[in-house]
Amino acid sequence: MHRRTFIKGIAATSLITFSATSSSAKNVPETDKTQQVLSGNEFFLEIGYTPVNLTGEPSIATTVNRQLAGPTLVWQEGEVVTLHVTNHLKKSTSIHWHGIILPTHMDGVPGLSFEGIAPGETFTYHFKVQQHGTYWYHSHSDFQEQTGLYGAIVIKPKKKEPFSYDREYTILLSDWSDEKPSTIFKKLKQESHYYNVSRRTLGDFFDEVKTKGFGSAFSDRKMWNEMRMSDRDISDVTGYTYTYLMNGTPASNQFRAQFKKGERIRLRFINASAMTFFDIRIPGLEMKVIAADGNHVKPVNVDEFRIGVAETYDVIVQPRSQKAYAIFAQSIDRSGYALGALTPHTSMDAKAPQMDPRPVLTHVDMGMSMDMSSGGGMKCSSGMMMPNKNKMKSMKFAKMEAHHFPITKLPMKRGVETDMVAPSPQYRLDDPGVGLRNNGRRVLTYADLKNRYSTANFRKPDREIILHLTGNMERFMWSINGIKYADAKPLIFHYGECIRVTFINDTMMNHPMHLHGMWSNLETGDDNRLVRKHTVNVQPGAKISYRVIVDARGRWAFHCHMLYHMAGMFREVRVL
Amino acid sequence: MKTSGIKPLIWSLGLLTIVQLSLHADMNDDPLLSMVKMDRLEILDDRENTQKWDGSIWIGYDLNKISLYSEGEHTSDGLESSRNELLYTRAIFPYWDIQAGIAYDKSTNASRKWGEVALSGLAPYYFETRAVVLFNAEGNWGLRLDAEYELLLTQKLIITPSLEADFYTKDDPKMHLGSGLSSLEAGVRIRYEFIREFAPYIGVEWEKTFGQTYRFDPINDLHAVFGITFWF
Repeated sequence: MHRRTFIKGIAATSLITFSATSSSAKNVPETDKTQQVLSGNEFFLEIGYTPVNLTGEPSIATTVNRQLAGPTLVWQEGEVVTLHVTNHLKKSTSIHWHGIILPTHMDGVPGLSFEGIAPGETFTYHFKVQQHGTYWYHSHSDFQEQTGLYGAIVIKPKKKEPFSYDREYTILLSDWSDEKPSTIFKKLKQESHYYNVSRRTLGDFFDEVKTKGFGSAFSDRKMWNEMRMSDRDISDVTGYTYTYLMNGTPASNQFRAQFKKGERIRLRFINASAMTFFDIRIPGLEMKVIAADGNHVKPVNVDEFRIGVAETYDVIVQPRSQKAYAIFAQSIDRSGYALGALTPHTSMDAKAPQMDPRPVLTHVDMGMSMDMSSGGGMKCSSGMMMPNKNKMKSMKFAKMEAHHFPITKLPMKRGVETDMVAPSPQYRLDDPGVGLRNNGRRVLTYADLKNRYSTANFRKPDREIILHLTGNMERFMWSINGIKYADAKPLIFHYGECIRVTFINDTMMNHPMHLHGMWSNLETGDDNRLVRKHTVNVQPGAKISYRVIVDARGRWAFHCHMLYHMAGMFREVRVL
Repeated sequence: MKTSGIKPLIWSLGLLTIVQLSLHADMNDDPLLSMVKMDRLEILDDRENTQKWDGSIWIGYDLNKISLYSEGEHTSDGLESSRNELLYTRAIFPYWDIQAGIAYDKSTNASRKWGEVALSGLAPYYFETRAVVLFNAEGNWGLRLDAEYELLLTQKLIITPSLEADFYTKDDPKMHLGSGLSSLEAGVRIRYEFIREFAPYIGVEWEKTFGQTYRFDPINDLHAVFGITFWF
């Protein structure tokens, strides 16, 4: 009754090389040299330790079927899939199917959905696939995701999609470190700026004195210094330790995707990183964004887009020249990049463009309004980059501000665990984010995302909850409403209701918030075009809202997908 | 028998290394962690080739830690003095910890035990600050203030000016401490961080005693220092 699972390598990824040269790792067999694509209804996934060499130093990854990234799983919408996951690790493991709508006990979150998969055991996942598009899977245990336990999911649609293309590739981005994840976490707790190698120097200050005079340069620094925060603090973990990968391949080896001139190519981008946001562009090609988090959106043409941790975007490109185009994914803090080539011949390499300058946070990223930054309570003014025509655009989201639903009060704590409050958080859907503002390219923003299909019949929310994303950067502690997961009660949702969730980011970091089991229907300015997402990025100092139809009973995880924020910035959602 | 202040420190370093290796920061927002910090381990260019250390160790969680501080000096002619503190550290504000415990000062031929309360943290403008209040059985009260600042010339080349001031309410001839402002220590060090965890440095340090302390121990010295700083 089950179709046989078959395995084939993607030709384009034949250059993935894991030279397991270390003699100490010899007792563990070498990784397969081709990226697997598995399709069908029944899958056998073996989780184990695999030697890799991604940096010039041998290391051990945790992998699925000896692959990094894990095999791409191809499912068919409407069919039932069975996945036998066997744990060959010394520790408990799990696989979570990210963004997939399924029964709670199939969701793969240890402690909520099930007990996890003990060493030597096999757990069989079995569920009906009710959606199509680009998704991914990853371990939800310990920090295993950081060490390679992830892969792509492509679900073929039942009905023909409203666009066409000649070829498709999955582009899975990730961040690899030879350091143990527990070591990274420890270092962040000991010295939170450990991985920041672009801190302000005396020279930067003198440069500013030269351009705008001592008084102005000093007062620009004043607020940051008083708050003990750094406007150069973009990423907690950076290229100092990370090697950025595209389909498991470092930039030095270049993942290669082949095309024939004039073909339309669908690229399914997945950000499977632990901690890295990427800004993606293909210099020389316009990208037509057709789907976000697996769901169709009204096509929008862009030059560049930012992909938050755990998000997926599908784009269509049409290369018309016989040359190798760079698929360029620079990390948000410009400390490194992943690189691939869209190439007519696998022998042709693409040339990486120069990385953009390192971004600097502004008052907007601290959740301050224009008024506050110019002559208001906080005097720290001149020359800060603001999103264009701030005033006018905030009018555009006035409707979102004006929504009033009964608010369910949640416990809130402001104490040692929270070091900042965004004084004036705004809906900044049209803000491409720090480092992308006014860069001369057309950059995708959430405001550009519109559901391809009308959501005019979408239910009005019965109530609203407000969740402040909070933290103490110096101590590297993260929480929601000032309360970390370990100290928090579950959020109670009632089956059948519609809830509006509003986030306020009281930190200087991006937090991609992921709700398991139910869709996050994002308000992007048009209530008739709510965007169906599974992971919604909340920009520093910003506010954002989405609606959830509570249609799945059980216990669900609801958390920030930054791996080292997650343990604290997490809630259980209990649907009664 | 000569007791050396640096020996328990080295012993603790070793122990902490073993403890650290056995700890794992798994998917737990607040794992048991530890840190060994040798802020200064240096030699002065004086006649006695004085060696100085100033370091700390903590073990614990985000908000609650046990801390051990030790600083002191030791000269080629065998003289040694040290200050040691064993404290419970509790985070009370986002950037500030309160500490309470005991302190043990050792000079060449005497020693003092103190009760201690301290405030430690990051002041606005990134001043690493510590204020220590001490009290002992003799009815003497002490206040020790410490501040340090980091100026980055580059990401790896870092200048650290520092200032330390000690005050007491009573004279303590055995310990060579006088009431009022007892001593000031100001230094500037420039280090090169080969890696975050390790940097050699050079610098200058000026030390002066005041009042009765100056009569016990007349110091007004400016010295070059060479040393290393490391942590793990």
